[in-house]
Amino acid sequence: MTTTLPPRVARFPFPFPAETYRYATNVEPARRPVRTAGGTWGEHVVDVDDDYALDIALRRAVLAADPTRCAQLPHMRVAAWDALTTLLPELAAIRPDVVALHRRGDRWQWRNDLLGTSSSFVLGDDDSVPGGPLAFLGSQVQEDVVLLDQREGSLWADAGLVTFAADWSLGFDVGMRFQEVHGPVPRVHESGVVARAEQFLMRLQPGDAYRRTNWTMTVDRRLDTSTETYPDWGRDRRLVVDDPALPDRLHLRVEVQHLLRLGVSNAVCFLIRTHLLSLRELATVPEWRRRTAAVLSELPDDMAAYKGIERYRHAAASWLAGG
Amino acid sequence: MTAVLPARPATTPGEVPELLLEVAAVAHAADGVRALTLRHPDGAPLPGYAPGSHVVLTCGDRRNAYSLTGEGAPGEAYRISVLLRPDGRGGSAFVHGLAVGDRLAVSWPRSAFAPVATARHHVLVAGGIGITPMLSHARAAVRWGRSFELVYGHRPGAGAHREEVAAVCGERLTVHESTPGMLDAVAAVLADRPIGTHVYVCGPAPLIDFVERTAEELGWPAERVHAERFSADLDPGEPFTAHLSRSGVRVPVPPGVSLLAALEGAGVAVPSTCRQGVCGECRVAVVSGRPLHRDLYLSEAERSAGDAVMCCVSRSLDDHLGLDL
Repeated sequence: MTTTLPPRVARFPFPFPAETYRYATNVEPARRPVRTAGGTWGEHVVDVDDDYALDIALRRAVLAADPTRCAQLPHMRVAAWDALTTLLPELAAIRPDVVALHRRGDRWQWRNDLLGTSSSFVLGDDDSVPGGPLAFLGSQVQEDVVLLDQREGSLWADAGLVTFAADWSLGFDVGMRFQEVHGPVPRVHESGVVARAEQFLMRLQPGDAYRRTNWTMTVDRRLDTSTETYPDWGRDRRLVVDDPALPDRLHLRVEVQHLLRLGVSNAVCFLIRTHLLSLRELATVPEWRRRTAAVLSELPDDMAAYKGIERYRHAAASWLAGG
Repeated sequence: MTAVLPARPATTPGEVPELLLEVAAVAHAADGVRALTLRHPDGAPLPGYAPGSHVVLTCGDRRNAYSLTGEGAPGEAYRISVLLRPDGRGGSAFVHGLAVGDRLAVSWPRSAFAPVATARHHVLVAGGIGITPMLSHARAAVRWGRSFELVYGHRPGAGAHREEVAAVCGERLTVHESTPGMLDAVAAVLADRPIGTHVYVCGPAPLIDFVERTAEELGWPAERVHAERFSADLDPGEPFTAHLSRSGVRVPVPPGVSLLAALEGAGVAVPSTCRQGVCGECRVAVVSGRPLHRDLYLSEAERSAGDAVMCCVSRSLDDHLGLDL
């Protein structure tokens, strides 16, 4: 490689290990850098990139327009504090140049130079942190957060702050069992993938951190493609097919999902970090270009339909293969 | 202080990371009971844990699991209390021989007895040294404002952590120094607590059996009854043969030899930590035959499914047990 790729490309978590894609319980230990044909990703559980301030501002706007994107059943209070007090130190450890955490007893002080803010709160005192611990966490990390309670031999999605959902709705899913949340996904139930994943998650021990990737495609650099805003983005999926700007408008959307067992609450913390890379950017890495074309051409119809990419995936594959 | 908690070191699946900790204090908690405070030698904060968690100590050539007695907040020192068992296998004697400044390998905390977040009320029942996980539950319940009460039974004058428990629980504590008094009190509590209450019991087997039987008779759903048994010496068991379905190898398991030890003896590596049926690390998938479950880890549903076995303590009901190895 003689030219330096832009950070968005170099840090992109390219999700296809093979020429075809099927669902699998593709979990692996976290905190290990992955080398790709374009660069490296995956060193940390939370990640800060060049879009940090933009993403945080967007999340604030989405939440202001629709507060249901942050939902928490009452028994998840300890888990929300646990997530906050687990992830702020993670962020402080990886970016001591821009954030600082100081703790005296239960009083936490947090300075964020990227946002130019400083805050202070008392651990366990919900009123001391604006919006509660989960909302505050969402104002400091680019990741979406879902907290799963473990009881009666199941995991329950009982709290979360999700502003960048890939066509799903936290408000609809909150309070559901893990298996129910995954109800609409084709193929994964018959193959036992969801049941195996839940068993795996229920056996996570304090401090365990694993990750997986998932993917779909999105028209334009739109992070908020939740079910609630479908009227804003749904028709673009049809219109983009004939748009000459397709290679710039169509993005491969990859979620880096981290799974952590929180120590104090015993909840499972599910972090979703969304990365978008346009086909034109993707095509700057020849291996990615070739492989993405192959995966999109071969993907079975039911999987393409569930991902909502059936209208344009062949157009995308064709541009990648021949363009 | 600046609190940056250590990230757990990356490990391969099945590998449990260890901390090298130093004994910071040793105290007398009751007759025969030593309370140890363990810290990181360089003062680094320790990871938080859920109430009822345990750590596995490397005690010479043995590994023993002990409940943590603290609240579980990230950063606090680890505390354990260990009853000397003169007829035991040496783990407790090893711990009693430790002095301030000694260093030992301690696993990251492992959670297998956590409070249920949706419970309306938590009834904690402790017998003897079974107070240790309950002290952790009580401290965390106070910290997070959970509704709870603690019924603590022990022999006269032999109650570990009596004053500490009283200070944490206040009026939510009742103490009983006779077995009949303890059982009557437990039965009375189980008879009239609100729907949505969960009960947690740790102590000698007869106490646990009593709580489970009484709760069942009173119509408590099994999911609301949680027990942590002391790990006990197990009988040597009947001989059987493990059939390894992937390799085709047959491994004989004689009486007095664990399935785990037999597999290791045959050169089959199986991840393990506590080797007492507590930690859940040595789970192996069963493809044929009926396991004889003797662990404290698998749930009732997992036991009846019969498709997994904790090979450190469990054996086989049939002459042959097929394993996915």
